[in-house]
Amino acid sequence: MKLLEKLGISRRSMPLIATFVVFIALYVYGGISYRNFFSARVFFNLLTDNAVLGITAVGMTFVIISGGIDLSVGAVISTTAMAVAVMTQAGVPNGLVIPIALLYGTVLGFLMGFIIEYFKAPPFIVTLAGMFFSRGFGYVLSLSSVPIVYEFYAKASAFGLKIGNGRFTIPGIALIVVIIAAIFLSRSTKFGRNIYAIGGSEQSAVFMGLPVFRVKVLVYTLSGFCASLAGFIYTFYTLSGYGLAGIGLEMDAIASAVIGGTLMTGGYGTIFGTLIGTLIQGLIKTIISFNGQFSVYWIRLFTGGMLLLFILLQKAFVAGTAGMKKAEG
Amino acid sequence: MLKGKQIPKIIWPLLALAAILLFNLLFTDHFFRITIRDGHLFGSLIDILRRCAPTMIMAIAMTYVIATGGIDISVGSVLAISGSIASLVVWGGSTNYLAGDDEAIYAAVGLIILIPLLASLALGAFNGLMVSVVGLQPFIATLILMTAGRGIAQLLTGGKVLNFSHAGFEFVGRGYFLGIPFPFILAMLVLLLGLAITKLTPMGLYIQAVGGNRSASQYSGINTKFVILFVYIFSGFAAGLAGLVMTADITGADAGFMGLYMELDAILAVVIGGTPMEGGKYNLKGTVVGVLIIQTLTTTILTRGVPPEYTTIVKAIVVLAVLIIQSRKVRELIEHRTMIRAAKEAESV
Repeated sequence: MKLLEKLGISRRSMPLIATFVVFIALYVYGGISYRNFFSARVFFNLLTDNAVLGITAVGMTFVIISGGIDLSVGAVISTTAMAVAVMTQAGVPNGLVIPIALLYGTVLGFLMGFIIEYFKAPPFIVTLAGMFFSRGFGYVLSLSSVPIVYEFYAKASAFGLKIGNGRFTIPGIALIVVIIAAIFLSRSTKFGRNIYAIGGSEQSAVFMGLPVFRVKVLVYTLSGFCASLAGFIYTFYTLSGYGLAGIGLEMDAIASAVIGGTLMTGGYGTIFGTLIGTLIQGLIKTIISFNGQFSVYWIRLFTGGMLLLFILLQKAFVAGTAGMKKAEG
Repeated sequence: MLKGKQIPKIIWPLLALAAILLFNLLFTDHFFRITIRDGHLFGSLIDILRRCAPTMIMAIAMTYVIATGGIDISVGSVLAISGSIASLVVWGGSTNYLAGDDEAIYAAVGLIILIPLLASLALGAFNGLMVSVVGLQPFIATLILMTAGRGIAQLLTGGKVLNFSHAGFEFVGRGYFLGIPFPFILAMLVLLLGLAITKLTPMGLYIQAVGGNRSASQYSGINTKFVILFVYIFSGFAAGLAGLVMTADITGADAGFMGLYMELDAILAVVIGGTPMEGGKYNLKGTVVGVLIIQTLTTTILTRGVPPEYTTIVKAIVVLAVLIIQSRKVRELIEHRTMIRAAKEAESV
């Protein structure tokens, strides 16, 4: 421990390092156990297949760091994809479809953030209402699956930069771009630092004169935008809209953040951790599909087990810093 | 504001329920008609009581969990596990049930009920230990079981939907006792059990104390770990019972979708019933009213022939309305107005 501190690694970043080590260990395990696992294809597929979850989890991480939660994201993804499909059916030009689709989640996120902050209502319930609303709205658009008719989506879905035997697809690129932008936002902007300050102690943030109201409303707006972007990306996989898509995804996004070391109490967390948390969930799925013996039902069990492992790890390190925490306040 | 003038909090959920019922009285034909058919009561209101039972059972237990400052989001998964185990026990532990249809492999009702409940108690204890002894945040501790639990349920049933017919067990979900739907009687029994534990023992006081300030309760000699363990075990038990009711009602268990999002309904009922999510106090009557609001709303939408896709939108709007009416902001506005009026009255005198 002391050695690590001398190396400039704080105790608080230990869970993140542990997460990273487990990610590498899982990856190496897969590589040793299965042929072709260490290939550009598997790696880039990992990015492609987890882009929707990863982008959503980025928004969720900001919300959790600010001390809140957003349960609406899964429904927003589904409804955004549905809106895209319905608009293409109606012949809306694609130049309009994309901004409208992205606006949907953004506006909903803004409204939820406003209600939470203005009425001091619990985020859990307000975003739950947002989930109900969004699911309902998706069903109002169409009860059955709607195919997307524009050529653009099929082309975008097929597009990929060839790297080795892998393809760096648009979802993969979008994930990386979002992650880089979010890391910049969280570390190098006033807005980002305000989120941490508010999550750490809202009262102190108020006393310090930080724009708590605005920042918190913006955090939910950002999460809504991320969910809508993820929903738009989602159409590249399915080329259709379906009202039942994204069920349970909100919990997977929360799990990504938690596995990545974000504390549910707010004030602490990293975007990079969330990326790793997402990729660990993806690796579990990849390994299970490579294995072939385990049924898909094991995925949830393993993910739950991973959650338990990481949380206990975090707990052990937080317990180590408990004395410090008390001194802080 | 004067203490005597303060409005009891339960008035808001009650008003919301009354508003929905009034709407039905005016616009929905036969909504309040109750007839007797085959020796039991029949009608929309009875249907509401029957259908709200699983959520009510879970929400009653959830009230105590939230009162300790916790939350249990695993109940939907525990419900699915309980239902899956029950349908497995019905078939004597085999998922190859389609092979034979003779009654001999049907298990006794007692076993079908007892085994899933024991499993649910154990799952509740797991949550409780994670929160009280290990010291995890309740949301995360129960997120583990929520995630893993559905996988467990699906592994148990092999991903199949296990259907059965078992007259004895079906009574739990479909039966009537003295003309009243049996699931609702079960919900009332759970309510009585909760009331007995919290009113006849100091447990109710302890729960509020732990939710108000855990370390202060610890220092004043309350075994806080036991209190927390208890509420999660009770919640696990309730989820298991709700799973039995649902499985017996639909005579089958679909591990993948059973009870999906029901944890959210239960939490919703607790909060619109006036129990604050921060813990420290609870409103059990409010929770019962909260469940009735949600179910009455759903039944109203269905009986009025509103397309089902609007159900969740209407639900969202009603939830927000009830939430906003109860919010501090609105209460401040109301109090502000009352004060101005009082001041004016004083002036005019």
